[in-house]
Amino acid sequence: MSQAINKSLSPSPEEIIISPEKSLTNLRRELWAYKDLFYILAWRDFKVRYKQTAIGAAWAIIRPLLTMIVFTVVFGRLAKLPSDGVPYPVLVFTAMLPWYFFASSFQASSNALISNADMIRKIYFPRIIMPISKLFVNLVDFLISFAILIMLMVWYRVTPSINILFLPLLLLMAGMAAAGAGLWFAALNVTYRDVCYLVPFIVQLGLYISPVGFSSSVIPDQWRIIYSINPMVGVIDGFRWAVFGQDVNISVLSFILSTVFIILLFASGIWFFQKTERNFADVI
Amino acid sequence: MSIAIKAENLGKKYAISHEKKQRHHCNTLQESLTSMGKHLWRRCQHPLSQTSDAFDIEEFWALKDVSFNIKQGERVGIIGRNGAGKSTLLKILSRITSPTTGKVTIKGRVSSLLEVGTGFHPELTGRENIFLNGAILGMNKEEIKRKFDEIVSFAEVEKFLDTPVKRYSSGMYVRLAFGVAAHLEPEILIVDEVLAVGDLTFQNKCLSRMTEIGQSGRTVLFVSHNLNAVKQLCDRAILIENGSLRLEGTSDTVVESYVSSVAIHLAPSKEYEKNKDKVTAEIRAVSVTNEGATVDRVDLKDEIFVHMEYELYRDLTGISVGLQIIDIPSGQTILSSPDPELDVSRLGLRKQGLYRAIVRIPGNLLNTSTYTVKVGISDRYRIYDCIEDVVFEVVDRAGIVNIFGRKRKNSILSTQLIWDLYRLS
Repeated sequence: MSQAINKSLSPSPEEIIISPEKSLTNLRRELWAYKDLFYILAWRDFKVRYKQTAIGAAWAIIRPLLTMIVFTVVFGRLAKLPSDGVPYPVLVFTAMLPWYFFASSFQASSNALISNADMIRKIYFPRIIMPISKLFVNLVDFLISFAILIMLMVWYRVTPSINILFLPLLLLMAGMAAAGAGLWFAALNVTYRDVCYLVPFIVQLGLYISPVGFSSSVIPDQWRIIYSINPMVGVIDGFRWAVFGQDVNISVLSFILSTVFIILLFASGIWFFQKTERNFADVI
Repeated sequence: MSIAIKAENLGKKYAISHEKKQRHHCNTLQESLTSMGKHLWRRCQHPLSQTSDAFDIEEFWALKDVSFNIKQGERVGIIGRNGAGKSTLLKILSRITSPTTGKVTIKGRVSSLLEVGTGFHPELTGRENIFLNGAILGMNKEEIKRKFDEIVSFAEVEKFLDTPVKRYSSGMYVRLAFGVAAHLEPEILIVDEVLAVGDLTFQNKCLSRMTEIGQSGRTVLFVSHNLNAVKQLCDRAILIENGSLRLEGTSDTVVESYVSSVAIHLAPSKEYEKNKDKVTAEIRAVSVTNEGATVDRVDLKDEIFVHMEYELYRDLTGISVGLQIIDIPSGQTILSSPDPELDVSRLGLRKQGLYRAIVRIPGNLLNTSTYTVKVGISDRYRIYDCIEDVVFEVVDRAGIVNIFGRKRKNSILSTQLIWDLYRLS
């Protein structure tokens, strides 16, 4: 056995320097070294997600479908909001795809550190893996919902536009928004458990100020700028534009605003997380 | 040999805030809210004041100015009392927390076992957890696949591989956890007291696995209270005291000087000043006596009395005063005896006041060694006070064998048993 052990001793081992200041430059190299952990954490979350549930993965279908029905009835039938010539259920469902992906990822990554406090206290790994890996479970749910969207579109005879090719890019934006916000709140959550109460509130509020149940065209022009600071406005409008083409009203200015804000959120999230990371084990 | 770990002037500062003794108890939510409001108001008026009204912020150096070199392939033990800074050092070396001052240069991949089974998910099966835990400890997928069968047979869980670990017995759980950990192959291995798991056979298995790892040219850092294990496993040892490196040398010399320093520095009796932080109950004095006088050294055959004085600051129910006798060289608790051991009615109300308890330890029970006395006061929910300062030595003045520095009886206890002898044919 000791023979086997000897073989794996590498002749020129890498050098690690531990000092009070951690440099940002080796983040990429570290993430590469820990890529297996990244996969396996995402896989773990996926694996345990629907354990001990009676209907299992069906929840990924039921939840968005029911929400879509409620929104269609409330906003489309009762409030009679305009739908830009698109069947209301499809309009709502298209927006719910990025919204739920964002909201669930954001919520899961905000809690990622404190729900794995034991690992943070006992083992070293690049902490950023923990919140980011949460995005991937929700990506699976997104793909399931996407299949439902296709079925809905077939049912309502909606032909997708060529813009649909931009969808991956828009999904990336939603992911960056979730990761940026998630990193901020995950790091804050280590010291301030208030975050546990704040995040569900933000998500709930966000659902009403984002164009999920309605189209952005109902927003008066003078409110447009403030409305667009919400990064999900750009993403959701983008999704509708990608699926329905030019029929849907999209404001270029508000899209650019949202994009800039998402990039800022993402970059500052990484910066803040890296800055606070080295004290996580002491505080958590 | 090249240097595997080079630590220079390592220091770690913690800011600990503890509540001042409360002048009035906040019993209702409203009271605590108003006191919080007052606190916040003062804070707003004097935003720059360092210490606030209700909290004392105290700086505490868990580790200060520690420097050492560890060569590649060395097995080094780290010893010291509880709270000396050993764990902080390990946490810095394994990059879990960062130092406040200083620098460490490490050559090679580090794996640290501060606790086995970290990251195990109860819902996942044994098989799945091997992969999960392996990845968490820094193995890649190929490595785990290669080691899989070895891990399974080491942990003896073949039959339960596809059972969720939440249905495992605690023994199986620990064996599986250690099995994964024991098959890590880093250049540098950092181990914290994980040998104290499982039954005796399994412990020996772990110990021999550790020796094997050590012999394969890997650098091993080993923290333990079991000084005998340190002597057995390590070539060198480092003694840490109050956050500073006190001594460095061969494991035999460091362990010996540690044991004797414990015996010298710590008296056979100790009295404690009233501590303003302790508001409920407090240990005031502990001493070891024999024939009415305080002693730091007793003969094997002598009986020993442990005196404990403690004060209850209010009437309490359900409290328990615990006494433990701990063998310093092995870190083993030899005796453990809580106050209401035989008489449950004593868990009832105990009035406020100063108490003295005396426990008699018969002669010919403790073998020759150095022991600490640990005394604690607790109830079901919290520990009010716990101290571990008093040390005494048991020597064998009569035994001829003692001249050669050996124990008369090669056992934990020195109890003399009666042999009845019958000639049957």
